[in-house]
Amino acid sequence: MRWNKRERTELRLAMTAALAVLLCAGAEAMHIMEGYLPAAHCIVWGAVCVPFLVRGIARIRSLVREKRRVLILLAMSGAFIFVISSLKIPSVTGSCSHMTGTGLSAILFGPSVTCVLGIIVLIFQALLLAHGGITTLGANTFSMAIAGPLVSFGLYKLGEKLHWNRKFNIFLAAFLGDLLTYCVTSFQLALAYPSDSGGVAGSALMFLGVFAPTQLPLAVIEGILTVLIVMGMESFASPELRELGFRKEEASHV
Amino acid sequence: MSKNKRFVLISVLAVILIAGIPLFALKGADFGGSDDAGSKMVEQVTGDTYTPWFTPVMEKLLGHELPGEVESLLFCVQTGIGVGIVAFCFGYLVARKKYGGDRDTHEKSRRPDEKKGAA
Repeated sequence: MRWNKRERTELRLAMTAALAVLLCAGAEAMHIMEGYLPAAHCIVWGAVCVPFLVRGIARIRSLVREKRRVLILLAMSGAFIFVISSLKIPSVTGSCSHMTGTGLSAILFGPSVTCVLGIIVLIFQALLLAHGGITTLGANTFSMAIAGPLVSFGLYKLGEKLHWNRKFNIFLAAFLGDLLTYCVTSFQLALAYPSDSGGVAGSALMFLGVFAPTQLPLAVIEGILTVLIVMGMESFASPELRELGFRKEEASHV
Repeated sequence: MSKNKRFVLISVLAVILIAGIPLFALKGADFGGSDDAGSKMVEQVTGDTYTPWFTPVMEKLLGHELPGEVESLLFCVQTGIGVGIVAFCFGYLVARKKYGGDRDTHEKSRRPDEKKGAA
């Protein structure tokens, strides 16, 4: 079937909206608070993160050895997470939440490197800001720095294969990565606090219901900001992006 | 106006609107953090007040909760660190493009011993 440009755009918009509705059942608040998960959960989530961390550190070390020039992009990706996750933004539900900012580094470097960058921010916030926590670090790392980035990374690669519009692809990857982070947080909370009537699933739905509308507009903002910074990078850092293997063809027409 | 410029402008405007409209539209809301909403949910689900089994490190050291002003200071420090790095890098990249430093990159990538200077 042949589609013209406008039809394709409309189809994509419709798909995004549908996905968003499906997933917005799942957006959650911020990080899980200190001391709010049972010790066993903390340890399990922490253990899940270890292989990603190890792989991420190994990848960063190999970047430092072999592709020193792309370190500027790594620094910017890390700094982007710092900025984005420090901004608490008012949302439609009348409460504030913040974004994750991990989409950028997931798209550029993949989930394992993002895991390392994300954990730096989470430790900063847990120690200094009493935001998130040391005991819940593993769970928060899993949701924000592993699950979300994995989705962003996978979606981005998929979109690249299917030749989606690049801006749209980056937006969707960052947007859904942000939303999924909060889905996972809800699920983690629900596992720790199953409700009497509905069990884990019922409890998850309760957590989701409260936080979904809060996170949705913020995820849109995160998507837009990620597109903007990638545009900036493609205008000014195309040699580095090429070295990273980010784009095979010339990065001129974003 | 070029296509990219218009796109950037519209995007920035959209971000400001999405973040700003709730603030003006919901006059009665207190815009608390959703962390608090999270702990309230936990109470609702479990049916009684929950006492966290671990207090944040800073609260332990201070003996009380971090004052609101200091907390916002630390959030600003976090933002500042991030913005500083991003702005520095973009400044470097923009100037490099302006003065043509990114042109001979193909040659450089073939000679790995010269890469360090460029990074």
